[in-house]
Amino acid sequence: MTSIILAIVIGAAFGAVLDRIGASDPNWITRMLTLRHLNLMKTILLAIGTGSVLMFGGQMLGLVDVGHMSVKAAYAGVFIGGLLLGAGWAAAGYCPGTGLAAAASGRRDALFFVAGGLLGAAAYMVTYPAWKASGLLDGAKLTLGTIPGAEYEGLLAMRGDILGIVLGLVFIAIAFALPERLVPRSEEEKVAPAE
Amino acid sequence: MPLNWKTGGLLLGLVFFVAVALVKPIGVSTQFVIFDAIVADAVNPDLITKTEDGYTSTNAYLAKSGGKYAKAAANPLNYSFVFVLALMLGAGLSAWARGGIGADERRAPAVWRANYGDTPWKRYAMAFAGGFIVLYGARLAGGCTSGHMMSGMMQTSLSGYIFALGAFAAAIPVAMLLYRQEA
Repeated sequence: MTSIILAIVIGAAFGAVLDRIGASDPNWITRMLTLRHLNLMKTILLAIGTGSVLMFGGQMLGLVDVGHMSVKAAYAGVFIGGLLLGAGWAAAGYCPGTGLAAAASGRRDALFFVAGGLLGAAAYMVTYPAWKASGLLDGAKLTLGTIPGAEYEGLLAMRGDILGIVLGLVFIAIAFALPERLVPRSEEEKVAPAE
Repeated sequence: MPLNWKTGGLLLGLVFFVAVALVKPIGVSTQFVIFDAIVADAVNPDLITKTEDGYTSTNAYLAKSGGKYAKAAANPLNYSFVFVLALMLGAGLSAWARGGIGADERRAPAVWRANYGDTPWKRYAMAFAGGFIVLYGARLAGGCTSGHMMSGMMQTSLSGYIFALGAFAAAIPVAMLLYRQEA
């Protein structure tokens, strides 16, 4: 029961934040991916950095259970799947979580995205044995450093929690350093109207 | 206009931190499979079966890792599935509280109209096709933007970096090609 209450509270907070940062708005996703406005990119980088510093800092102080970590395996299919997801993310302007958030906020195209997603997930369920047989799903759960108390093997022997805080700070620094826009504004294009 | 990145990034980071501190890292895309499995099992009850020590399925993907997906689909009132339902509730309430999405935006996003005019059905077809490859790709990768990119890189997981590299390598050129006009 506690876990269901946590699911409701954390899930609702996540959905509300996705809505407020513009992550479930295809206009803002497209502005980020065409490098025309990086507000969302900076938001994501700051979030990863903040989460990392708090989690590893909490672990070092003994406040956060290392056992709550869940690291996914690295294998060739991660990259191929990433390419596919990236292409669809750009075309639709939604990823799985933000598509659901957008559908709930009343965007009609997001309903079609979710329907396509359910079909895509079903297609993977059916074709999974072929991927499994190809060996492209074989890999190991690796972290960059070796995290004390974690069951994961480290790519490097150095302490993973310290490395995690350092990388977290790097993500935060990049968020601050990135300019708002990376591509030049073409002359015939008008200034983006405020929404 | 969305939240300034400093406020938004801090809030988003806090949500990811609270999730891993209290329960486990955030992930979403698995729940598309769980929903499919719930529907498919309702249509064909032989899909998921109870065993002595858990659940299994005639579908190899649902049966993998000791039948954990089969188990989740047989018991939808679990943390991860309720989390995604709550995500929708939170997003819906938040959008409503700030005055909702305008009628034009609900029909098709401004960036679509700027590039392809008032062609909502073409937009819906694009969104459907996009959804298909996004979820196919996410399941192949074993996670999506939440699970791999955000939760993964936050935990210094190698797979998160590989995923993010692939996702942006495809997403940036595709977005530049499809959406030449700014909205």
